[in-house]
Amino acid sequence: MSPARRAGLLRSLALIAALIGLWQAVYWWVGDIALASPLATVRYAARMIASGDLGPHLYDTMRAFVIAFVFSVGIGLAVGFWLGFQRLAGDTLEPMIVAIYAIPKLTLYPILLLAFGLGLSAKVAFGVLHGVIPIVLFTFAAVRNTKPILIKTGRVLKLSPGQTVRWILFPAAVPEIFTGLRVGFSLTLIGTLLAEMFASQRGLGYLLMTGIGLHNVEQILAVTLLIVVFAAAVSVLLLHLDHRLHRRG
Amino acid sequence: MNRVNAFRLLVVIAAIAALEALCLAGLIDKITMQPPHLIARDLGRLLVSGRMNGAIAKTLTNTVLALVLALGVGVIAGALLHRRRALRDTLDPLFATYYAVPVFAFYPFFIVVFGLGDIPQILIAFLLGVVAMIVNMLNGLDRVPSVLLKTARVLKLSPVDTALRVTLPSAGPYLLTGIKLAVAYAFIGVIGSEFILSRGGIGYEISFAYTSFDNATMYPLIVLILLASIVINGVLSRWERRLLVRRGMQ
Repeated sequence: MSPARRAGLLRSLALIAALIGLWQAVYWWVGDIALASPLATVRYAARMIASGDLGPHLYDTMRAFVIAFVFSVGIGLAVGFWLGFQRLAGDTLEPMIVAIYAIPKLTLYPILLLAFGLGLSAKVAFGVLHGVIPIVLFTFAAVRNTKPILIKTGRVLKLSPGQTVRWILFPAAVPEIFTGLRVGFSLTLIGTLLAEMFASQRGLGYLLMTGIGLHNVEQILAVTLLIVVFAAAVSVLLLHLDHRLHRRG
Repeated sequence: MNRVNAFRLLVVIAAIAALEALCLAGLIDKITMQPPHLIARDLGRLLVSGRMNGAIAKTLTNTVLALVLALGVGVIAGALLHRRRALRDTLDPLFATYYAVPVFAFYPFFIVVFGLGDIPQILIAFLLGVVAMIVNMLNGLDRVPSVLLKTARVLKLSPVDTALRVTLPSAGPYLLTGIKLAVAYAFIGVIGSEFILSRGGIGYEISFAYTSFDNATMYPLIVLILLASIVINGVLSRWERRLLVRRGMQ
């Protein structure tokens, strides 16, 4: 392990320790009614996992999330490439997509519920609504910023549009697209969880809401902890890959 | 550019016309959605009647409070972190993964601690916005050309003068990016948490109208929020672009 990498690891560990310390300090400050200690939360989470209570909810969330992410990636890449290719369409639609990005999408949830009904499809739609936009925007930017000489080479070699995407645009744009996928991943997860918080009978978001209803602090914190650890772990991994791709490119 | 603007207008008009046609043709039934012209009429009535003034005022107040907090803390924390290299390196992974964590997941916990009032909503909105501001503040400070700072030192400018005359103008565009994000996040945070669980505000009114099948209130309110966030975002984006152009960065 190189010294720089070891220093980075040490700093990360220090950060995690500081966050846990902060949690424990807040626990001492507000007491049992409002907060569970880190140890008690981990114990509760372990019990939830061991007893099998968590399994079905986790499965439900993950299923909705995976479907939503597949849709986000598919639609995002297709629209992103299309906008990147068609200059007029790109110039016209890009600012509008940016504007949609800034909307509190939560308020659109009732419309989705009315359109898709209660259940998996509404959750998936909400996840896609959150996740697809960054993928579109990053793909669009990546295609637009591809060096013109590469595209000209493609034209000289008489590549079809499909071949141009496969052999020139895609390889050149991979690092940027990956950044989009990374952001899209987080936002799809957030969208799916939010959808579960309002209208569903299963899933991690639902567990959070029943936790509030029952005033079960340990449950709220245990589920929050699981979500945060999962989201942060995947995000760190993706960030690492992202940096590597960008360095290579 | 004018052609693009015309096309943009065309796309919006076409989308609204398509919705209108679908609704009138009965392909989208009345319970799901009202035709756009009825939504516009209801929105007008709602605003004229003043029935929602309280909710709008409440949402705006909380958003502005959260925004002021996020900007203030973000600028100060950014400035401090810029000087403390070690601390900044330590916190960097936190900033990088921050927006991957659903901040709304903390809302239940804040409700338990602070009660079901305005504070949890403001906190959520603050937490969403503050990191964007810190990151962009750091980014902006990084981009201040060191030759300008040296010039300031040569001219013996006081720290306040340096900040106002050198740092702020150079870092301006990045700060504006941070502000733009913080505004969007503050809005999302307040309305989102109102929507999840609260006792008032536009988000609450929307979820209330939804649960009581009151489409004549729900759609106008949703449209109101969409319009507000699109207009605010548009104004800030335009300003940002102007600053960037003036600095020759775009």
